[in-house]
Order: sequence, then C-alpha cells, then structure tokens
Amino acid sequence: MGSRASSLLREEDIEEIKKETGFSHSQITRLYSRFHSLDKGENGALSREDFQRIPELAINPLGDRIINAFFSEGDDQVNFRGFMRTLAHFRPVEDNEKNKDPNIEPLNSRNNKLLFAFRLYDLDRDDKISRDELLQVLRMMVGVNISDEQLGSIADRTIQEADTNGDLCISFNEFIKVLEKVDVEQKMSIRFLH
Amino acid sequence: MLSFTLVLLLSAAAGEVATDRYADGAAPSPALSPAPSGSATEESSRPAVALARSAEHPTPTTVQDDASHHHGGGYRIVQWEWSYVQTPYIIAIWLLLASVAKILFHFSQRFTTVVPESCMLILLGLILGGVVLLASKKQLYQLDPGLFFLFLLPTIVGDAGYFMPARLFFDNLGAILMYAVVGTLWNAFCTGFCLYGVKQAGVIDDKVEAGLMEFLLFGALISAVDPVAVLAVFEEVHVNEMLFIIVFGESLVNDAVTVVMYKVYISFVAVGPGNVQTADYFKGVASFLIVSIGGTLVGLIFAVILAFITRFTKRVRIIEPLFVFLLVYLAYLTAELFSLSAILSMTFCGIGCNKYVEANISQKSRTAVKYTMKTLASIAETIIFIFLGISAVDKTKWAWDTGLIVCTLIFILVFRAIGVVGQTWILNKFRLVHLEKIDQVVMSYGGLRGAVAFALVVLLDEEHVKAKDYFVATTIVVIFFTVMFQGLTIKPLVKWLKVPRSTNRKPTINEEIHERAFDHILAAVEDIAGLNGYHHWRDKWEQFDKNYLSKLLMRKSVYHKSELWEAYQKINIRDAISVIDQGGNILTSARLSLPSMASRASFPEMTNVTNYLRENGSGVCLDLQVIDTIPSAKVEEETETHHVLAGNLYKPRRRYQSHYSRHFMTAGDQERQDREVFQRNMRSRLESFKSTQYKRHKKDRSQKKRKGSDAKEQETIEKPRRNVSWQDKDPVVIPLEPGEEKAEHSEAEKDEDVGITFVAHRGSETPTARPKSDSSVTEVCQSPSVAPPSPTCGEKNLPWKEDVDSLPPCVSSEATKIIPIDLQEAWNQSISSLESLASPPVFQEPQHPHPNTFSRLSAPTRPPTSAEFHFPVGKEEEESGLPQQLQEIQPLMLSGRQSLHSLPPSAALPSGKRRNPCVYLRSLVTTPPSNSVPHSRKPTQL
Repeated sequence: MGSRASSLLREEDIEEIKKETGFSHSQITRLYSRFHSLDKGENGALSREDFQRIPELAINPLGDRIINAFFSEGDDQVNFRGFMRTLAHFRPVEDNEKNKDPNIEPLNSRNNKLLFAFRLYDLDRDDKISRDELLQVLRMMVGVNISDEQLGSIADRTIQEADTNGDLCISFNEFIKVLEKVDVEQKMSIRFLH
Repeated sequence: MLSFTLVLLLSAAAGEVATDRYADGAAPSPALSPAPSGSATEESSRPAVALARSAEHPTPTTVQDDASHHHGGGYRIVQWEWSYVQTPYIIAIWLLLASVAKILFHFSQRFTTVVPESCMLILLGLILGGVVLLASKKQLYQLDPGLFFLFLLPTIVGDAGYFMPARLFFDNLGAILMYAVVGTLWNAFCTGFCLYGVKQAGVIDDKVEAGLMEFLLFGALISAVDPVAVLAVFEEVHVNEMLFIIVFGESLVNDAVTVVMYKVYISFVAVGPGNVQTADYFKGVASFLIVSIGGTLVGLIFAVILAFITRFTKRVRIIEPLFVFLLVYLAYLTAELFSLSAILSMTFCGIGCNKYVEANISQKSRTAVKYTMKTLASIAETIIFIFLGISAVDKTKWAWDTGLIVCTLIFILVFRAIGVVGQTWILNKFRLVHLEKIDQVVMSYGGLRGAVAFALVVLLDEEHVKAKDYFVATTIVVIFFTVMFQGLTIKPLVKWLKVPRSTNRKPTINEEIHERAFDHILAAVEDIAGLNGYHHWRDKWEQFDKNYLSKLLMRKSVYHKSELWEAYQKINIRDAISVIDQGGNILTSARLSLPSMASRASFPEMTNVTNYLRENGSGVCLDLQVIDTIPSAKVEEETETHHVLAGNLYKPRRRYQSHYSRHFMTAGDQERQDREVFQRNMRSRLESFKSTQYKRHKKDRSQKKRKGSDAKEQETIEKPRRNVSWQDKDPVVIPLEPGEEKAEHSEAEKDEDVGITFVAHRGSETPTARPKSDSSVTEVCQSPSVAPPSPTCGEKNLPWKEDVDSLPPCVSSEATKIIPIDLQEAWNQSISSLESLASPPVFQEPQHPHPNTFSRLSAPTRPPTSAEFHFPVGKEEEESGLPQQLQEIQPLMLSGRQSLHSLPPSAALPSGKRRNPCVYLRSLVTTPPSNSVPHSRKPTQL
C-alpha cells in the first residue's frame, strides 16, 4: 500500500512540499502513505471524521482541538499539502537550518510552534486567550473532580501571571513571554522517522 | 584508646555481607578483618556493659551509705566507661568532625566557589590520616568496604533516587543506558587490554604481577563512573539538567555492569584464566541481565509496597518518613541479599515511589523525608571523602608504580573521551535534542571515579590478585586525580565552554499548564502521523498509570485531585511560604524565580519552612504521636487548604501584581486600577496586622493592670497597635507614637514593642537591597505620608526611634526570616501575661470587638470624613474613646482614598494572626477579610 500511495504522489509535489516544510523525501512518502491510509473516502483529502477515527485521538483530552488545527478556517477538508504543513510545525529544528534564511520563517520555528499551541486555546481567533477560553482548555485537561471554582482560580492565576498589559487576556506576545524560559524547540518537536 | 576504630568496629558486623556480594568466594581482605582488635573490643565491652548495669542498682544504697563509700572504696562516683560507649562515641565524633569541617569550608564563600567541597574533604582526610599515622605509627582508619556499601552508599543513592527528576531521567533513558552499558564495557575492556599490552611492552614494572585477567578486572573496577563523585562535583557546577542527568544517570545505572564484570573476573581470576570455559562467558552475559533487570524489579516491587503502605498512614502520620527510609533501604538490602544490583534497585525504588508517596504523605512528612535524606546523604558524602583521604595515608597498602599509574590515567581519560564521542555520534542519529560538542567534552571530562572503585579494589583478595597493592595505589591516585584535579578544573572549563547552565527555578503555573498541553499535542500528532514514538508510549503509560496504578497506590482523596490542581497548589504554597520568608513582599515578579530547593548543599529557604512548620504547632505537646493540635486527616487538611487557597490565594482581581514594584517606584503615573487592587490587598494585610497587635495589646493591658490604671487601659490597648503598623510603614510618622509611648509605658515595654516592630520593619526597610520586594509592600504605608506631620516629630531622640535610625541602611533579608518565631514569642509572652486575666487567649478577640470589627468591616467601605483624617495628637485626645477609634482606622481610610505617592519602605508585615502563622500567611496573600476569622483558630497544614 505504501508504494501505491507514494506512486500517487508526483515528484514535483514532493519537491514543493520538501521546500515548504523541510521534510525529507522519504519522510514525505512515508507520511503520504499514512495520509492515504487515513483517507477512507479516497478523495485525496481528509475530513474531520477521518481524523476522529484514530482511536488514540478519541482519548486525547485535546484531540478535537488538535484536529481542528489541521483545518483552515471554514474548511472541512485538508489535502496532503495542508496536512504536511501542519505536521511540519513539529519537525525538530536542525542545526544546519538554524540561520539558513532569516527572511522566511520556517514552519518549525519557535514562534510557529508556539503559535500552534496558542491557536489551540484561542478559539475565536482574536489573538487573545480569554479567561473563558483558558477555562475550556483547562476543563479538557483536568478530570471532573476539580470544581469550577478551583479551575477558575487556576485560570485566574494563570492569566494574572502572564498578563502584562492588563486586558485580562493572554495575547500571543504574552504567551511567548511567559514561556520564554521553556525549551519549546525541544518540547514541541517529535522525531519523524527518516 | 584510639586503637579502637570506627572502621574496625563496624567492619565486624558489616564486612562479611559486603564481601559476599562483591567477592564471591574470596576470603575477607585483610583490611576487613582486623580480628584481634575487633574481638578485643567485644570482650572489653562486655564487662563494661555489666559494670554499667551494676552501677545503676547500687546507686540508691551507696548514696545512703556514705561512710562505707568513703572508706571502703567499693563504689566510685565517677567511673571511666570508655569501652561501654566507645563505638557510638567514635561514630558520633567522626560525624561531628565531618560536619564541623563542612561548616568551616563554607566560611569563605569565595574559596568554596573555586574549590569544590570534595577536594577540601579529601585534603582534610589526608591531614587527619597523617596525624593519626604520626600518633600511632600505623594507619588505623580507612574507608571500609562493608561500611561503605551497607551504610554510606545507600544514603547517597537513596537520596539521589528518591529525588531523581523522573521525567528528565526517562526522557534521556536511551542515552543513559547507552553510556552506562556500552560505555562502561568499552572503557573496561579497552583499559584492561591496553594495560596488559603496555605491561607486555615493558612499561609497567615487572614487580606488578598481573596477567590479562587481572588487568581486565582492574579495568572493570576503575572504569565505572562513580555516583558519589559525580554528585559532589556536578552539584557545584550547575550544568544544564540534561547533561547532568545523563552523566549522573550513567553513574547510577552502570553499577549493574560493574558488579557483574567485577564478579565474573574475580571468579575467572580465582579459577585461573586457563580454566575458563566458553559457557562461562555466556553465564556472564546472563548474569548481567539478571543482575540489572532483577535489581530494577526488586526496586519497583518495593516502590509499589511503599506507595501502597503510605496509602494507609492517615492516622499515624508520624511514622510516614520512617516507612520511606525503611523500604527504600530494604530495597537496597534485598538486592544485595540476592546479589543483584543494589544501586539500580534503590534508584528505581526511589523513582518509582516518589510520585505516589509524595502525594500520600503529609506536607510535614515530605519535609521530614527531604530533610533527613539530604542530611544523611550530605554527611555520608562528607565521611566518604574524608575517609578516602585518610585511606591514602597508609604506606603498608601502597605499592607505587609510576608506569601503571600514568598509563591508567591516560587510558581512562582517552578511552572515556573516545567512548563518549563514538556513542554520541550514534545517539545523535536518534535523539531529538542533539548532544553538542561541548556537551561531549563535559561528559568526557566529567567521568569521575570515586569511592566505589576504591571499595572494590580494597575488597580484592591478595591471594589471587598478587598486584593488589599496586592496584590500590593506582586507584587512589586515579580517584584523587579525577575528584581533585578534574573537579577543580571542570568549573572553569564549563564556564569557558559556555555550557548552558541549569536555571534552577520552579515552573510557573503557565509553564505547568502549557507544557501539559504540549505533551497532549505531541502525543496526538504522533498518533496522526502514525508514529509509535516516545510520546505515544508515554501517553499510553500515563493512561495506564491513571487508570490502574494511581488508583491502587494513591489515597482516594489525592487520586481525585488532578495533577494540575496539585501543581497549582504547590505553586501557591511555595509562593505563600516565600511570602513569609521575604517578609511579606511576595507580590513581585521575583516570586517566579524562587531559589530552588533542589540543591543538597544549601537550602536556605527550607530552613525557614521548617521553622515555619515547627512554629505552626501550638505550644508544648508531650505526645510523641501528635504533630498537630488537630488530628491531621488528609482529607480535612486538604479541604481546608484547598478552601483557603481557592478562596484566598492570589485571586487576581486585577493583573499588575507583578508590576507593583516598578510602578511604585515611579508612583506618579499609577493607574487607578492598580491602586484599588493594591489597597484591597493592603487592607487585608493591615487587618492581620492589627489582630497581631492584640497580642501585644493584651500584654500591655496586663501590664497596665499591674500598674492599676484601669482607666487608661483602652488607650494602651489601642496605642501599640497603631504603633506597630505605622512604624512598619513609615518612619516619618513614627515620631507621633513615641510621645504616647513615653507617656504611658515603661522603658521595658517599649523595648518589647520595638523588638517586634523592628523585625517586621527591617525586612522591608531596605529598598535598595531588595528593590523588587518592597514595592509590593503596602499601600497602607502611604497613609502616614499624607497624614499631617505630627507635632511630635521633634521627638526623634526617643530610644526606640534611635534604634530605627541606627539600623544599617541595608539589612540582609535574613532579618525577616525570624519573623514568625518572633511573633510566636510575642504570642507566648502575651499568653503568659494574660494568665492573670484568666481569659482564654483564643477568645480574646470578642472582648475587644470594637477595634477589630470596626476596622475590619467598616473601614474599607466607610467613607471617611476629611476632618478625621488629621492625626489626633496629644494626650487629651488619647483619653477620649472616639478619636481613638478613628485613629485606629485612620490608616485604613487613608489608604482607601488617598492617592499613593512616595512609597515608604515598609513592611506590612503583619504577623501571625493570633497564634497561627498559617493564618497570617493566608491573610497576607489574600483578600477576603470575612473568611479569616473563622479560619484563624484552626491550624492548617500548608
């Protein structure tokens, strides 16, 4: 199946994706076969249902949010390019590409990794995490044994800690600032097999 | 007397077991069995015991029979019972010596930053060894393997295992295993073979009678990186956590490899190289698997047992720490019993149980465990290094061969470097985070050898290993070289290479939350990408842990708490504790970078925490079982803590808290909102402040009563209260008080007041020294500055005013740390002075409802009239009741509405509300005043 799937992928596409995402040729073909196996409708694009069929995602507390992150606004299909573009956020930063091209920010840059995480919180895409948005995510991550009040105090404290301009929200800049001591490059990367 | 040594004594009991483990079949080494003196000790101690026992009985009779005592001489009043107390006495003296040595080293801070402690201890050991040698012509003390493996090593490994950062350890498990297994094997074989080659080439003297097997054996014991040395040196270097965990993890895990190789070679040497069959090599490999996996399993089994036991210690909190020590130690001993890898067993027991045990036991037990473990480990480490030094001064065991020593040194350094580079090259193909060149340099250079190697080489059997003395000498030189030279130079090296240092800070709540989210994201992405990677499996493990393990091993009340909530509570408690330690000035950004408690060498703030916890218990309690005044049911304590925290701690109505300092310095352009928050905070602080003054005012009152001037009682009560708060806030206002003070109180009283006040005052009086913290101080402080200058300003010459002035401009923050104790004392004083009044202390408050309720309830909301803002001065006004009340609230009212300009350095350093510092703590950090009253009477666990 892998070979059949990769044969559907044209060399030009691979080159383009390679350029855009930084994945290697073998990684792209490997991920394409994965993409293809997820694509039950065989229409070259994944729908939300395709993602939801992955059993582990069903028990991942942030599963739905992460699935949403694959879809651009208003879209309910994602093609292989988009799929790869999202996954590219999690490619580890290689030594040799650290200062390759300062003008074009690679998808796996620190900022983009953080932006991906930020978007998970920021439901209404106003570039701010409000208290409610934070509470929703917290609620997903904790069990039912935590009362709303407790969760609220966590959220309050979180916002208080991060908020510097006093709008009681966490903007993306504040988000970056509050995580500046965290090794995001490491903690938001996974090792894609070669 | 000196002829009885610690080593000899303990070796009688301990030596045998350790010998069994490391040298199967080998006869006990001479070092271990100083039979004559050991048995002599026992013989002499037996009569001594009898003597001492018999001495107890005749005592009453001889006292009566004074005459016979004098003339007959049958009973001596003072007897020399050395042999009776000898063993514990010598041990205690050694411990004392080691601890004092530690203190002395840390006197000079500049010195200790350059020279690692381990170096100094070895040097001290050398000196002591020299002294003993000169005194008794032969070396009596040395690092005894039995003592080392059974008592000293477990304390260090237990500490390391229990406090091992588990996540970090498992994140780097691949690298650790690689270095520990492959690296150690590589080092051992290469060193052994090359030494043999060099010997064949004639570089090593012919007197060194050793064949290939002997050199391989020596290579095996000399090549293992030593956990004690690594801990001692790396602890002071502060390289980044990943680097540290890799080197340290390696030093722990390689124990299995070392044990097996050592044992295999010993048996090979014993039967003679010619008789070794092929099957024996396979047995060796099988033995490695059994020793390592078996050791790990034993550790994990004990971890489960320990965690399970602590589930049920709810009613016997006092023995919780004991369980931790016992079972962790038992894991070690059990592994020794089956000749498995004891270090692995203990390490995994610690790592495995930590999460559950910490969740199950009470906060106090946690502190106790932490403290005891660190103390024991620290003292064990000290003793090990001192004894290493002492052992070196023993010419009977030395046989110097320059060729062997130089070659060994070169080989272990070179092969370590080659091994690290080679393995890193392979590892980097698989690692997400690559190990850079500088990491490799540090790892190669950080391959320190230590006491384990020494103990192993001492255990060698001279009958089989003819060159033992040479090996001992070489091992000592290698250890000294690695610990002293490399230990000394690694710090400059790390600095020079600009190796990333560890940040040494606790995660903030944001980091806790977001990193958890990251983990979920990564697990999900791996699932989407169809990779069964690290995160996938970790996620699976966490599911399993949550669904089964935690359910089994954690208390129900704890299990139902989310980890996130626990983390949140931890952070809050940490902040709250540091509030106290910093004199109440926590609301700054400084709280995000609290000094870590992780370092074993120093935990300054921990000291205060324990003080705190100790002070927390009220009064004298003779029941050993009871730590708390209230039975400390976990549920209860948690609901309470939680309630308090949820309701109170850092409920951020407005953000800005972390900016108070800055804003306050530039006061003028402060936003209105800021002020409101600040004021709200300060109000609560002031209230807690006032309530503290009850203690003092009670005391005053009783003093008053003695004077018989009941009429003025009310005033006296009020005054000190105001005194404190103002003094604390602004020296400018202080002059007002002295007048009254002078009029009403004796000098002694003033002194007491001053004592308390100034402690609070000092803490925050130093804006330059601690610019961040003082900002947060209090808004109330402002009130004095706006208040009209009091006519008594001139009275600056009052004794206690002078005290204020004479304070050094910068008082170390240490000063603030005494606060809780001081308050406690103040409280006790007030209690004792109140006894004459025969009123139960706890219910004092209702007796004086008016200042309390008045200020607490009405002050914040009450619109003050401007006329009353003028500070009532002079005695006439003091006499009248109403003005006084107004005086009372004045600070509050002022703070409520005045805009705050200059922030006087001050500490609204309140003070324990009533006797419970916890309450004080709460009220400090929190706002709602209404809550604080009911809570204040219950001691809370924090």
